[in-house]
Amino acid sequence: MKMLIFGATSAIAEAVARKVAYDHGDLFLVGRNSETLDLMAQDLSVRGAGRVGKANGDLTHLEKFTEWVESAAHFMKGIDVILIAHGSLGEQKELEKNSDLAFDIFNVNFISAALLAETSARYLEKGGRGVIAVIGSVAGDRGRQSNYYYGSAKAGLECFLQGLRNRLFPLGVRVLTIKPGFVSTPMTAHLKQNFLFAKPEVVATGILKAIRNHKDVVYLPWFWRWIMCVIQSIPEILFKRLKL
Amino acid sequence: MDKSPKASHWNDSKESWGKYPKTEAVVCSLKSRSQKISDAIPLGQEELSYLAYGQGRSYGDSCLNDHNLLILTEKLNHFIELNPETGVIKVEAGLTLKEVLDHVVPRGWFLPVVPGTQFVTIGGAIANDIHGKNHHVAGTFGCHIKSLELVRSDGTQRICSPHQNEDWFRATIGGLGLTGIITWAEIQLKKIACPWISRETLRFHHLDQFFEYTLDSDSKFEYTVGWLDCLSQGAQLGRGVFFRGNHLLLKEASEIKSKKEKIKTFPFNAPEFLLNRFSMKAFNSLYYHTHPSKKAELVHYRPFFFPLDGINHWNRLYGKRGFFQYQCVVPFEGTQSPIYRMIETFAKSGLGSFLTVIKTFGKVSSPGILSFPRPGVTLTLDVPNEGKKTLRVLESLDEMVMDAGGRVYPAKDARMSKESFKKYFPERVEFEKFKDPHFSSSFWRRVT
Repeated sequence: MKMLIFGATSAIAEAVARKVAYDHGDLFLVGRNSETLDLMAQDLSVRGAGRVGKANGDLTHLEKFTEWVESAAHFMKGIDVILIAHGSLGEQKELEKNSDLAFDIFNVNFISAALLAETSARYLEKGGRGVIAVIGSVAGDRGRQSNYYYGSAKAGLECFLQGLRNRLFPLGVRVLTIKPGFVSTPMTAHLKQNFLFAKPEVVATGILKAIRNHKDVVYLPWFWRWIMCVIQSIPEILFKRLKL
Repeated sequence: MDKSPKASHWNDSKESWGKYPKTEAVVCSLKSRSQKISDAIPLGQEELSYLAYGQGRSYGDSCLNDHNLLILTEKLNHFIELNPETGVIKVEAGLTLKEVLDHVVPRGWFLPVVPGTQFVTIGGAIANDIHGKNHHVAGTFGCHIKSLELVRSDGTQRICSPHQNEDWFRATIGGLGLTGIITWAEIQLKKIACPWISRETLRFHHLDQFFEYTLDSDSKFEYTVGWLDCLSQGAQLGRGVFFRGNHLLLKEASEIKSKKEKIKTFPFNAPEFLLNRFSMKAFNSLYYHTHPSKKAELVHYRPFFFPLDGINHWNRLYGKRGFFQYQCVVPFEGTQSPIYRMIETFAKSGLGSFLTVIKTFGKVSSPGILSFPRPGVTLTLDVPNEGKKTLRVLESLDEMVMDAGGRVYPAKDARMSKESFKKYFPERVEFEKFKDPHFSSSFWRRVT
């Protein structure tokens, strides 16, 4: 497998990359922290990866998007899967007070991810094959007072991906929306960990399985589908009174 | 007076594998191997003492730092380099032995020394200078470390090896994590042909026979170990099962299909009434009798080295009060060995143990100043925590170990006294020069 990963240093992305490396796949990593990228690239090579390339930069710099995709394609001699894995949770209370911070959260979680998916689509549709896998969130399934900035960005992203999937279907390119629940990562390190938290490795296995099985949308771990089903079915007249 | 922050600041309660003692700590994490320790410490917590925490697989309190700070090394989990010609691997210290083995075994290499579980980290294996069933030929884990990096609280980074910063190297191997944080290490792997071990199982009806077997086997077998029925007495004192094995040398053997590993999980803490003398006696007797008196077979390395890793949370067997693991080494003196008296005392004490292990240590000496193994016989008991009664019996074992000029293993200890530690480890005086002034552990405060 030849995989291009945006936000490669995120915990889930790293876990996916390790599994691809184990199967001797090729990888191209894009992320913000060049030191971490170097460390990862070294690690993935030892773990068995074929070619490992990297580019570092800010994932909100739109003008770099095409260049990244093209250099990845050139480096790996093609691309099978493009994983878009970056995201930022933000601090809800801060975001309510500070529009600049809120803008950044929308920018990272929605605008950057959506436009990267579109840039990826422009490349893959030429070949008429490939998968665009994007990490969304169960938080996008319903707006809640505790994280509606992050949640609405992810909800917007999901809607965008539905449209993109619809557009790309006849062209042979698939779009996978990944909706993880709580995952034990640096993003959630400040939260009290309980039985609902999954390890990044478990989520990574689920992502690769969903890619192989041509899924459109996948909840990870699986039980989140049912949890969110319940949460979505609560009438708004009740929901607005809940402290969620 | 008390500098510690309010109880609400303790963001984690950490246990070691023995589930005793229970502690609370502020937990933070080293983000990468180049991060300075001072940048990892949460604001306002600098006054606390620090200790690196890997997988928490030490049995006692040497990996705990009650009401102080633990620095997790879980993010230091990257491979750095594997030289396929020489078999030298460079890895970050937070990787577990399992992760390393899963990677190197298919490439024809094996870790030079492995303990009874593969869930410990490389850093932990070095800091406790662990040993395995091949101590009589290979020595400890520390004997195979080519170099390591030690990061100190003052911001210094030292590359330590037998040729460079040698004194720091010797202090850090077996140094219980007190010299600073080990961020990476270079290990000399050993070549293997396949993942299989040819194992022989021999039952022995008395401790004498164990010594005969081990004397006879240590030159021919790389791995030897005995399991003891610690509750049988008299003519059957120290009866048990002897295991010995070698790596299989056939390349074709890698084709042998192994059964898929089935990992079971011990679902909850066992209720205490199940842990009594009767159940332990029944278990010990059953274990002895279900093993054939002699058998040779091929087994995969995992069940050979890590039989208990097949059951997640097996420590729950001992209930929520946890258990003590008591491991000592006494100089080898044939039938005069104090081991006889210790087993006798233990069998009569009214306590029991599911897992009693006996092994001879060889003469290969470790570079570590505080390293535990010495030439002699080592005895390990798992003892459920029954409070004072248990502590009293272990105290009496301590006296025998001291009289014999032996020592008890700090990595597994949760109860030895200051006086005992002083006698067991006269080297601590030399060691203390290298201890990081900001580092400490529950164990260290207890024994000094």
